[in-house]
Amino acid sequence: MKMRIVGLLLSALIPLVSFAIDSDGPLPTPELQARYDRLTDELRCVVCQNQTVADSNSDLAKDLRERTREMLLAGASDPEILEFMTDRYGDFVLYRPPVAGRTVLLWAAPVLLLLIGSASAFLVIRGRSQAGGLPEEGEDPFNSHETDRHV
Amino acid sequence: MRYIIPAAVFAVLVGFFWIGLSKDPSEVPSPFIGKPAPVFQLTELRDPEKLVSQADLSGRPTVLNVWATWCVGCRQEHEALMQLAAMDIVPIYGLNYRDNREQALQWLARLGDPYIATGYDPDGAAGLDWGVYGAPETFLIDPQGTVVYKHLGPMTLRIWQDEFMPRINSMAGDQG
Repeated sequence: MKMRIVGLLLSALIPLVSFAIDSDGPLPTPELQARYDRLTDELRCVVCQNQTVADSNSDLAKDLRERTREMLLAGASDPEILEFMTDRYGDFVLYRPPVAGRTVLLWAAPVLLLLIGSASAFLVIRGRSQAGGLPEEGEDPFNSHETDRHV
Repeated sequence: MRYIIPAAVFAVLVGFFWIGLSKDPSEVPSPFIGKPAPVFQLTELRDPEKLVSQADLSGRPTVLNVWATWCVGCRQEHEALMQLAAMDIVPIYGLNYRDNREQALQWLARLGDPYIATGYDPDGAAGLDWGVYGAPETFLIDPQGTVVYKHLGPMTLRIWQDEFMPRINSMAGDQG
């Protein structure tokens, strides 16, 4: 019981760790801060690849956050900042890569898979209902057994 | 006949996994390949009076090796770099990334210095412009100052033979 209370108290300290990641304090205006939050959340930390620049504690992510902050304060636009990053680290730094020749398959894959899936579902269901409607001589034993049971 | 579709799906999956799993996900393709070397200007590690810039990296094939004393892979590759420097095939430049001048000089004094010149980049600003994300990284630059190849991870003589030499030889061919 005691351990549980200690554990609960310790877990209350967790939020402090998450504050520690950005040591420079907030940006001067809420608008800039919102853009900063959005941009660093959009950028992938190249070293620790499944974290955003906003989440990561690596030196590189720190550098990229610092650079984002400097560029925002210097009046750079969001596309300018993202371009600065992709010029150096490639499309890979973007969690949402641009639609281009190389990335067509990536963007089209969900739609393609949905089409293939629904087409095969349609064919299978139609095949089943036809087989169920007209049981024929010479069908494979598994299928005829199934239809027998339903009839 | 009824096995054709599952077999085709299986074949496609095998194809994707074959390619996908043979790639190293930590290796991010460099956007600089085929582009001019990024502009930078740093003080030289051993002689702070001197400057090192992208201008030093043209006129002949050169290699730029990104290293630091905190980097384990750099310690691993150092022997190979010393051997390459002794072979004197192309000049090797260093980029001392996010490091400390004192420690870097001690490291070179202890292990040998394979570099023609080393740019000292304590805050990683030049490294950022070169898209560096994990030392050691080794770039090959052609006589026109274009980045031709980037190797991520420790350099070995094997990688030098397989990846760098053919490209260096083809540069010599272009000039002749």
